[in-house]
Amino acid sequence: MGAEESKPGWTSLPIGAVLVTPGSAERNKTGTWRLKRPVLDAKKCTNCLLCWIYCPEPAIMRGTKTIEFSYDYCKGCGICATECPTKAISMTEET
Amino acid sequence: MARVISQKIVGMNGNEAVAFAAKQARVDVVAAYPITPQTIMVERFSDYVANGEVDTQFICVESEHSALSACVGSSLAGSRVFTATSSQGLALMHEVLYLASGLRTPIVMAVANRALSAPINIHNDHSDMMGSRDCGWIQIYAENAQEAYDWTLQAFKIAEDHDVLLPMTVNLDGFTISHAMEGVTVLEDGEVSKLLGKRQPKYGLDPDNPMTFGALTLPDYYSEFKRQQVDAMDKAPPVIEAVADEFKKVSGRQYSDVSCFNVEDAEAVVICMGSIAGTARTVAARLRKQGKRVGVMKVWQYRPFPTRRIAELLSKVKCVGVIDRAVSFGAPYGALCSDIASTKVQTGIQTKVFNVICGLGGRDVKPADIEQVFEKALRCAGGEPLDMPTSLLGVRQ
Repeated sequence: MGAEESKPGWTSLPIGAVLVTPGSAERNKTGTWRLKRPVLDAKKCTNCLLCWIYCPEPAIMRGTKTIEFSYDYCKGCGICATECPTKAISMTEET
Repeated sequence: MARVISQKIVGMNGNEAVAFAAKQARVDVVAAYPITPQTIMVERFSDYVANGEVDTQFICVESEHSALSACVGSSLAGSRVFTATSSQGLALMHEVLYLASGLRTPIVMAVANRALSAPINIHNDHSDMMGSRDCGWIQIYAENAQEAYDWTLQAFKIAEDHDVLLPMTVNLDGFTISHAMEGVTVLEDGEVSKLLGKRQPKYGLDPDNPMTFGALTLPDYYSEFKRQQVDAMDKAPPVIEAVADEFKKVSGRQYSDVSCFNVEDAEAVVICMGSIAGTARTVAARLRKQGKRVGVMKVWQYRPFPTRRIAELLSKVKCVGVIDRAVSFGAPYGALCSDIASTKVQTGIQTKVFNVICGLGGRDVKPADIEQVFEKALRCAGGEPLDMPTSLLGVRQ
């Protein structure tokens, strides 16, 4: 019936689907959903951080001279590329 | 019975009795939105807050959806929580009802039952609660203000029990109970405090131990959490029984899953919920004097449905007429009768079952109406075939 035998059963799970230990968002790498990958042209980046503000996920990290992408969590929505005033971010097909 | 201690009788309507029970339960949070016929309940409770008679945080909200949402958050934080609604308000809460049960928040909610629109109507039937029948809450139906008071008190102890941890509704018929004044025998505040204690949350808000509530579960986990809710419903009846026993020791009043009147040797029984049970007993008593073997079964505990116990009690009864106060459009029976019919299938009892739907939108159900149901049940018990398995009683052609 599609039950995954290796996972805990209802008698051992915390009731109400409470996550009693924090950190699951860090453990679960959600970047695997991505169809398009943001790529930075570092020469054009002014480190204005608009992309960092607009990113709906914590997928843009503040670097020293330019921003960096966290591909573990980036879902490829492209908002950063749309908002970038210097067109420093381009979306490329994931292979 | 030794501990049954001083109680006083106070003139209250059903709404006031429930508000008084919530006050005595020393609830931490009330988030509620007034709606006819529950309004007095919220008004009385705000009086308690304004007069400094309670320490409760009263959250004023803009809708019932927000009311129950605030209750869910408060309950998750570890508070004892109470709210109340009716009809359209309950319908607006519908999605949050499932959050409350799925997140296992032991919220206690009184529902002053009222018909659903359209056409708009403010009077009593059970279509509001029946519309949310499968929401995963324990559901109690009270017959009068006394029962509404008693069940509200017990509800906190039942819902907050760690074997249960389910939200719970106490239903009282709009106007018929909510606005009818009666002498309600109440416990002293100290006795209620001793009975209920303080809520001991299983989890709760704790900055040193952060937890996630309301996380997403995908197909690989969702069923397991629904199975837990089934288990909680299964574990509720013994807790309800234990709380009822404890409540009887201090109050002298006995509660259970169902209440029977002359059912033991009856051949025809009327099954119903709420205020209509009083009328049914009066009629049954009169028919008994005429030598007719009739009885009344009032269902207090609609969810979890006491299937096995009802089957035992009905095992020698030849025919039951089940009264529903809501239409389940397109279904073979109304909701209560569906459960009685399922009880028959699951347990193999031979009792014949028919359904009468009446008292919609506050239409008065008179003794003569109930007598018709008994007469039909007696004819059926005597061997007459059932021509109309479901009928709407007292509707003009």
